[in-house]
Amino acid sequence: MSSGDWDGVRLHVVTGKGGTGKTTIAAALAMSLATHGKRVLLAEVEGRQGISGVFDVPRLGEDEVQVATGPGGGQVMGLSVDPKAALLEYLQMFYKLGMAGGMLERFGVIDFATTVAPGLRDVLLIGKVYEAVRRRPSRRGTRSAQLYDAVVLDAPPTGRVGQFLGVNHAMAGLAKMGPVKNQADAITALLQSAQTAVHLVTLLEEMPVQETVEAAAELRALSLPLGAVVINQEVTPPVGDGTLAQLAATDFDDAPLAADLAAVGLRVGPRMLAGLAQTGRDLTQRLALQDRERDALAGLGLPTVHLPLVPGGMDAGGLLELADAVAAQGVFG
Amino acid sequence: MTPPTLDIDVLLRDRSVRTIVCCGSGGVGKTTTAAAIAIRAAEQGRTVAVLTIDPARRLAQALGLEHLDNEPAPVDSIDSSAGGSLDAMMLDMKRTFDELVLRHSTPDKAQQILENPFYQAVSSSFAGTQEYMAMERLGQLHAELAGGAARWDLIVVDTPPSRSALDFLDAPGRLGSFLDGKFIRLLMSPAKAGGRAYLKVMSVGVHTMTAVMSKVLGGQLLRDAQTFVAALDSMFGGFRERADHTYALLSDASTAFVVVATPERDALREASFFAGRLASEGMPLAGLVVNRVERTRLPSLREGRAEAAAEEADGLPERTGTSWQPTDTAALLRLHAEHAAQAVRHEAAIGRFTASHPTIPQVLVAAAAEDVNDVGQLREIGAQLAE
Ligand SMILES: Nc1ncnc2c1ncn2[C@@H]1O[C@H](COP(=O)(O)OP(=O)(O)OP(=O)(O)O)[C@@H](O)[C@H]1O
Ligand SMILES: Nc1ncnc2c1ncn2[C@@H]1O[C@H](COP(=O)(O)OP(=O)(O)OP(=O)(O)O)[C@@H](O)[C@H]1O
Ligand SMILES: [Mg+2]
Ligand SMILES: [Mg+2]
Repeated sequence: MSSGDWDGVRLHVVTGKGGTGKTTIAAALAMSLATHGKRVLLAEVEGRQGISGVFDVPRLGEDEVQVATGPGGGQVMGLSVDPKAALLEYLQMFYKLGMAGGMLERFGVIDFATTVAPGLRDVLLIGKVYEAVRRRPSRRGTRSAQLYDAVVLDAPPTGRVGQFLGVNHAMAGLAKMGPVKNQADAITALLQSAQTAVHLVTLLEEMPVQETVEAAAELRALSLPLGAVVINQEVTPPVGDGTLAQLAATDFDDAPLAADLAAVGLRVGPRMLAGLAQTGRDLTQRLALQDRERDALAGLGLPTVHLPLVPGGMDAGGLLELADAVAAQGVFG
Repeated sequence: MTPPTLDIDVLLRDRSVRTIVCCGSGGVGKTTTAAAIAIRAAEQGRTVAVLTIDPARRLAQALGLEHLDNEPAPVDSIDSSAGGSLDAMMLDMKRTFDELVLRHSTPDKAQQILENPFYQAVSSSFAGTQEYMAMERLGQLHAELAGGAARWDLIVVDTPPSRSALDFLDAPGRLGSFLDGKFIRLLMSPAKAGGRAYLKVMSVGVHTMTAVMSKVLGGQLLRDAQTFVAALDSMFGGFRERADHTYALLSDASTAFVVVATPERDALREASFFAGRLASEGMPLAGLVVNRVERTRLPSLREGRAEAAAEEADGLPERTGTSWQPTDTAALLRLHAEHAAQAVRHEAAIGRFTASHPTIPQVLVAAAAEDVNDVGQLREIGAQLAE
């Protein structure tokens, strides 16, 4: 994998099975992109306040606020996109609604439109992200708005991401023309362009890998450009293949093991010998399972990023460690 | 502090328990636990159905569920010598919803609903639909008869993958309150009042509003929404009634909840919320399954001692004549130390749960070295649930 593969990418979409580390990885990626003088927006769309949790800052609202300084000296801004606010903003932008906005709210129209109108919610959410990616200086109405070098989207999980990014499909049954349709078309054009990369976060476990493989196929069918597979929470066991191979042999002789244990002062019995040997064999089994999942991922033909399990759980230091690991692997340009 | 023990066999011997619901936050082992309980119950002689939701592919195959099928099918690989049986199914939420529509409306009207884009959105992706349909399907399974009696005497229910265990209880209500929403009622009024009266009752404000909406979204949207709402109108009462009915079933003494969690802070916190909620709703909690607990093969050798021994072993002279070296021994000791440390963390996390919920029965299930996806492994988990 050479560095700069996604040099032209301005929108990084991060998805994966629930709980695999989408929010964490999106945050680490944003940090790694925030090199000197660069400004990166990290956006979430499910109202879960994941970003404020990761950075340990107050709840995010509709405003884009700084959540961190990148290790490279840049700025990471955070945003929690709210579909209602996006709809009102959108109506205001195109229709100068004024008072009518409040009325729509009062009659429950905004609620209705943002929860059930097919695809509309997603168009609104991703429309806001699109707007942030496309912001240009001196554009009308964006004078005070921030400009970004890159936008990282903490996207919905694999099960919903196709529907979420496939805004055009979703809208097919709904608006056949008019501004929403135009908006959906413009969003789709960006999403399908080389400016976008969709990254898939997974663990080396059956379900996350299965969902990753399925999502990759779905996203490809939607002509969405895939980025990297991120294998998260990888652990390097302290035991090497050579040791494991010896343990696996049918004629494994535990006498030398017993001698070593005695030499370091442990009280050696058959239970200890059997227990330790079995611990090693369990690891062999687990590694074989991981290899199977690794193979399934390799079949996708995508560049792979490996991120370690941060021992003792995530904190600010852990996030920097992951951001460094992301940067060191050079995959994200 | 020792909490009471959850013994699944006691629950399974109690014939008055007809529903077991496995809840918990995402990925903790709800589906695995549900399958393990169902197999154990069937092998003890009960007539069991297990309703799974999105099982891992290999687990589905182990249960003979090759294709998504909304109908329970017999699992042949279990031991039926005690006279029991097991049928397994995977929930198809859209199909359950479609069938509900078909059953409650005329063919014409049903077709109209099924084709409506709003219906399609609600039935395939509205948050809460999966939970609602799981409950709906549960109610249907309970109502199925064979030879005049209930077809199953125990139904084990898996719950949808969701971040919060509470979603299972709350989501159907959310769907209900959506159907009760202001705008829905507004859209419904013309259907009730008839086309002409509609124009009269529409205030100027509402007019402006619909005009804006059609301008933004195209006129089709409002027509579709109206058709959807009008067509569902006749079913609405039925919907909410049904949701209430199933909810009531859950608070019945014939239902037992099993909360599943991994021995980690977040999962146990969810379990704790859920237990509190069940208590306040008067719903019966059978107990907590702590799944994937680290158990070392060598409980007597503590982490610190193993680490120190590894250091020392690294310093031993190289051995000639055998390929096994002291560094191999050191590596094994380090591996054990990692497991021992993990076991201590797990124990501490469980201890914290116990301290705040001393009366909730618990049972621990060891983390297996492999994924759980055949009947033999599920049996093994079932056995741990009764230790
Ligand atoms: N590399 C890592 N090392 C240690 N812990 C990690 C790592 N990556 C993620 N985690 C932890 O795993 C948990 C889940 O991560 P995260 O919230 O990022 O996942 P997610 O995919 O966004 O979840 P959700 O689907 O709920 O949004 C968190 O507790 C997080 O701190
Ligand atoms: N005791 C165990 N030891 C080892 N692996 C386990 C154990 N229990 C479950 N697993 C594995 O953990 C994974 C998740 O389990 P499962 O699918 O049952 O969880 P779930 O709670 O139903 O998840 P979801 O919320 O996604 O529906 C599966 O791959 C399963 O094989
Ligand atoms: Mg997240
Ligand atoms: Mg499951």
